[in-house]
Amino acid sequence: MSILINKDTKVICQGFTGSQGTFHSEQAIAYGTNLVGGISPGKGGTTHLGKPVFNTVYDAVAATGADASMIYVPAPFAGDAILEAADAGIKVIACITEGIPVMDMLKVKAVLTNNYPDVYLIGPNCPGVITPGACKMGIMPGHIHMPGKIGIVSRSGTLTYEAVYQTTQAGLGQSTCIGIGGDPIHGMSFVDVLTLFKDDPQTEGIVMVGEIGGSAEEEGAAYIKANIKKPVVAYIAGVTAPPGKRMGHAGAIIMGGKGTAKDKFAALEAAGAKIVRSPADIGAAMKAFFPG
Amino acid sequence: MNLHEYQAKELLQQFGVAIPRGIKVTSQQEAVEAAKELGGPLWVVKAQVHAGGRGKAGGVKLARSLQDVEEISGRLLGSTLHTHQTGPEGVPIHALLIQDGVDITKEYYLSCLVDRSKKRIILIGSSEGGMDIEEVAAKTPEKILTLTVDPTAGVQPYQARDLGFKMGMGKKEVDQLVKVLSGVYNLFVHKDCSMVEINPLIVTTDGQVMALDAKVSLDDNALYRHKDTAEMRDPTQEDEREHIAHEIGLNYVALDGSIGCMVNGAGLAMATMDVIKLHGGEPANFLDVGGGATADRVARAFKLILSSSKVKAILVNIFGGIVRCDTIAEGIITAVKEVGLTLPVVVRLQGTNVEAGREMLAKSGMNIMAADDLTDAAKMAVAAAAK
Repeated sequence: MSILINKDTKVICQGFTGSQGTFHSEQAIAYGTNLVGGISPGKGGTTHLGKPVFNTVYDAVAATGADASMIYVPAPFAGDAILEAADAGIKVIACITEGIPVMDMLKVKAVLTNNYPDVYLIGPNCPGVITPGACKMGIMPGHIHMPGKIGIVSRSGTLTYEAVYQTTQAGLGQSTCIGIGGDPIHGMSFVDVLTLFKDDPQTEGIVMVGEIGGSAEEEGAAYIKANIKKPVVAYIAGVTAPPGKRMGHAGAIIMGGKGTAKDKFAALEAAGAKIVRSPADIGAAMKAFFPG
Repeated sequence: MNLHEYQAKELLQQFGVAIPRGIKVTSQQEAVEAAKELGGPLWVVKAQVHAGGRGKAGGVKLARSLQDVEEISGRLLGSTLHTHQTGPEGVPIHALLIQDGVDITKEYYLSCLVDRSKKRIILIGSSEGGMDIEEVAAKTPEKILTLTVDPTAGVQPYQARDLGFKMGMGKKEVDQLVKVLSGVYNLFVHKDCSMVEINPLIVTTDGQVMALDAKVSLDDNALYRHKDTAEMRDPTQEDEREHIAHEIGLNYVALDGSIGCMVNGAGLAMATMDVIKLHGGEPANFLDVGGGATADRVARAFKLILSSSKVKAILVNIFGGIVRCDTIAEGIITAVKEVGLTLPVVVRLQGTNVEAGREMLAKSGMNIMAADDLTDAAKMAVAAAAK
């Protein structure tokens, strides 16, 4: 078992014939992902990378039975692409696109919440989701992963890779890894992912990587305290970040003294998570829970 | 992206919010002309800079005569303003707002922003106008009132009335507040703002509600669809290196330490700063070269770091995903060939094409210290910067 996606997941790619969509679809296929086709409006009926191209997500779902989509559509059109996927019946949507206006995501979030409450949106502005050895929907380097027992959830892309690499080196491997994205308004939250990891028998330990800004880590901590019995290792990036400065991600900013790394570390520690002050210590800290 | 006060007020006026009469000027002569046009007998001369705390820093002055206006504007224009938000470098004053003096009976606070937990736009009001709102929130949180907007309906008059009466306004002011709130909300939505703040929102002696001071920040990601506001950018108000970084498409924030950092990914870039600090060093910058980094962009990023005199050592930390380690190596080698290198450089490469990247750097003959993991890399950089 894993969460969200597995070897049977039928994946499509929106923005299939663009340069990003092409490159990462190739990588996904090479990894063994069951990629059943892609969408590129106006190019329906052709093939790309040996897979059928459709004009709309509706056509793709009707023809292939696809249930998951990865989105590489440029930012101005990405919000629309998410809603199309949801309306066509796609249940797991990973939106990799970076730079979507906050106003667009506010609308997307409101529509998803009201009309498609059973859709899992991952991202945007994220590395995507991978179940090692089975299904890769995103831009993460596949070769650092190893099927195993650790669930990883992170707001940052490259820090996810750091956690993946270390848990692979430690021989633990990963059940599923999810980058929830660095934007202020995004799909799945820490709590949403933790809820799935809690009930997943393959997931024996959880790595949670947060960063400054917002209160999603504090909400995650409250959930851990009340619900999670599995070991949790947590790291928060941005202890040294000055207030009022946006640290790359649109969501990573300390405003009005809220959202500091110090507060988030404290909340996670109080919730019983093992906190590490350096991301280099994630693997060793998790390994300590699984001796031998 | 931040706007100047005069730009923020222009936008508010477009959306039906009353503002005092005022004219933006860039010379002493224009200032006097503007003052004549406004008529007086009282004017406020306001420095247009992207920083709060202008009043306390001497950037906002009352003028009671045309001579006053001339003298104050001559003193402010071309000078540098240091407020608690600017840091020791300060910000240059290139423009002033000459504004009608207005008689005020009451000051309120009003702002609009996105509440990430609620995933909604909220409006915040307070009876404590003209104060540092964070201080009000800390000391008297009950005086901070919040209104949540349903995106499908927009801000409703009943919500505005409720907020107004709770803020202590009378019927006449509340009626005007309904219009102000709807204007602020529409501005926020239609121009893709990330913050609109009116502090203070005043009531004049003749009962008019207007925005005496205003701040607007825009969502950079949405500037592509707003040519009018995109053109309002004022690069003179930004850190020079941050501005160059913006032009190249890098995420860069200048800091005070001595270790220059080049990292891919915002989270890893922050984490790298943290690890430097953990091992006793201070980062000179936050720099994320981004997912689509080319060798050219890496070279320019590297040169940007080298251009700061504060930097005593450089730490490159790359976990290749989309970004390939050989691309990074090529960029570093190009930059060093062009501008030379006297500083110690520690490089930690991991991920996609790591072997090729390491080999290129080893063969380049450059004085580069290779590190295997983040801890080693940080320790080496801290030691190198301390020498």
